[in-house]
Amino acid sequence: MEDVSGLLLRVLAGPLSASVVIWLLCHQSKFYADFGPIMERQAAAIIAIAFLAGSTLFAYWAFGAVRDGAQMENRVLYEFLSAGDLMVEINWSLDRLSGLMMMVVCGVSLCIMVYSIGYMEEDPGVNRFFAKLSFFVFSMLGVVLSGNFLMMFIFWELVGVSSYLLIGYWYERPSAADAGKKAFIVNRLGDFGFLLGILMLWGITGEVDFVRVKNNLAAHPVDPNLLAVATVLIFCGAVGKSAQFPLHVWLPDAMEGPTPVSALIHAATMVAAGVYMLCRVSFLVFGSPVAMEIIAWTGGITALMAALIATQQNDIKRILAYSTLSQLGYMVMAVGLSNPEGSGYMPAMFHLSTHAFFKALLFLSAGSVIIALHHSEQDIWKMGGLLKKLPVTGACFAVGTLALCGFPFMSGFYSKEAILGLAYDRNPRLYLLATVTAGLTAFYMFRCFFVAFLGKTRGDHAGKAKESHWVVLAPLVVLAVASICGGWFGIPEWLVENKAISAEHAPKSVMLAALAAFAIGAGAAAFLYARGATTDALNKLPVLSWVLRNKFFFDEIYMVLVKVGQGTLAWLCGFVDRWIIAGLAVRGLAATTRGAGQVLRLFQTGNVQTYALWFAAGATIILYCLVR
Amino acid sequence: MIPVTLEHYLIVSGLLFSLGLAGVMTRRNALVVFMSLELMLNASNLALVAFSRFNGNLHGQVFVFFIITVAAAEVAVGLAIIVALFRRRQTVQVDEITSMRL
Repeated sequence: MEDVSGLLLRVLAGPLSASVVIWLLCHQSKFYADFGPIMERQAAAIIAIAFLAGSTLFAYWAFGAVRDGAQMENRVLYEFLSAGDLMVEINWSLDRLSGLMMMVVCGVSLCIMVYSIGYMEEDPGVNRFFAKLSFFVFSMLGVVLSGNFLMMFIFWELVGVSSYLLIGYWYERPSAADAGKKAFIVNRLGDFGFLLGILMLWGITGEVDFVRVKNNLAAHPVDPNLLAVATVLIFCGAVGKSAQFPLHVWLPDAMEGPTPVSALIHAATMVAAGVYMLCRVSFLVFGSPVAMEIIAWTGGITALMAALIATQQNDIKRILAYSTLSQLGYMVMAVGLSNPEGSGYMPAMFHLSTHAFFKALLFLSAGSVIIALHHSEQDIWKMGGLLKKLPVTGACFAVGTLALCGFPFMSGFYSKEAILGLAYDRNPRLYLLATVTAGLTAFYMFRCFFVAFLGKTRGDHAGKAKESHWVVLAPLVVLAVASICGGWFGIPEWLVENKAISAEHAPKSVMLAALAAFAIGAGAAAFLYARGATTDALNKLPVLSWVLRNKFFFDEIYMVLVKVGQGTLAWLCGFVDRWIIAGLAVRGLAATTRGAGQVLRLFQTGNVQTYALWFAAGATIILYCLVR
Repeated sequence: MIPVTLEHYLIVSGLLFSLGLAGVMTRRNALVVFMSLELMLNASNLALVAFSRFNGNLHGQVFVFFIITVAAAEVAVGLAIIVALFRRRQTVQVDEITSMRL
């Protein structure tokens, strides 16, 4: 019997201690200098990577235990909180779901940490960067492994904090600081719902532990409407963290952070936490068809909307950000469409895993391009012809693009097919929407590839671009291999043990429709952009292009809503506070007392005879009252 | 000859009390104020004795004895205060002693 709780504790301890060590020794470069010149420059990176590698080994050990189906002792580490009937423990949930997610997080984080050595080479705050990145990995693993709602919520918030810190990593840039704040505040909205959902579930079942809540719900059926409300509230957390419509506005702005951060946090892992959480509480989600309907449509709308916006973006990272939004929408939709009796949450988690590989790859390739352009250019229209100058980066970007668009036998092909097949079975309208989105995905990704990597070189920086260092390229190649082979590892078989279901494939027509969508999208992009276009031909579509370039005016709408709604409320509260509470109640009381004192002090002349007069007058009045 | 009744005593007592009160209010010398105060006390004594006679019991007269006793003590204390005041301030004019004013 293996003691996994200790093992998992060690998995979590790795990145946390790396973060603490780097943070404590952050300013002690002399301390590192004793270990040689490489240590002096890259100490933080080496510490972070070493600790993470250790964690990954432990994680693989735990993963192996799950794979072998070994008897595992998963004990409660600590009683965190006990009040009345409520008992919150520190315990882990290790099963096939969290095992897969843990390996994805560890693997992608390791690639990205190595990559960061190259990307952050010239940055003076590199120690701070690695400390925060390690802290993020710790929090993310915490979300993945936590065994109850409260722990998950705590790590959920820690993930939010590290995301905020890393988006605002270049805090001296106002746009980065603002983007960090925006991400934090928008997430707060979703997390508020999540917390309410947890409280509601606690109210219904009296438990917060995943297993006990599940058993409790199975033993005592409750009002399905109540359960649906709780589920939708919990889904709110996923809407915030996974940037679903209408809280998606923070993710594109989060691209202000360094590119490795965008790749790790805002593409591969953290934003997928919402989807993972929905899968973790699938016993809840699958129990209420109304909530599933809401989840599916939210995801579908996000997928289509983000894909539309992505077609008219010019910043290479923003295109990828909207693509991430769109793919997250796919995953959320897949959760909402899941067939509890069949494949369950498998399609969503499958796409999550493959997406983590190819989206990290795409972001890191974009980062490699940004390194080549000396961190000064992200507009694809000022690039062009980069494939010749950056052959490895360009090839990796192409692999990522093909995988994302679902090119046959790449990882994205399998996971997208699983989702499309599910949609075909469960909801024809969403199936149509998903297929259109797939076409749009191919269109905007190939647009990006053709404009940035093919054609003539435009702009000075692009002319002088040189291929990046091997430290940058090695993770790209590893991720490219994972993106190609991600569909062959048997992730579906891992998640669904029933061979008959996991071996099921979507009907031929679904696959053909997906391929047709891919061909139409890619063909349209080739027609418009492959022949050395220097401006976007779609700019000629006046209204549509204008609306899409401005992202459906979500930011502006929110600005107005905040100004009108919250601004008015704030003005009203300010008025009440300033004039009624502070003015009338507090200062009014003080002024009354003071005024009374001013009047009464006139009686205090110091002359005994005046006092005698008042005394006599008072006695007379009392006598008069008594006698009358 | 009009028979002397309770009313007459009370009127005299009231007049004496009013005289005393007027003295307390208007005179500036603390000693005179003090004397006026004694006048007021004696006015009340007169009224109490008159009531005692009217009611045919000794309650009022017992009161008077107490008042005379307490007044003696009060005079001792009061005069001592006035002497101490004079020693310190070289004056017993009450309108000059207003240091308690705010």
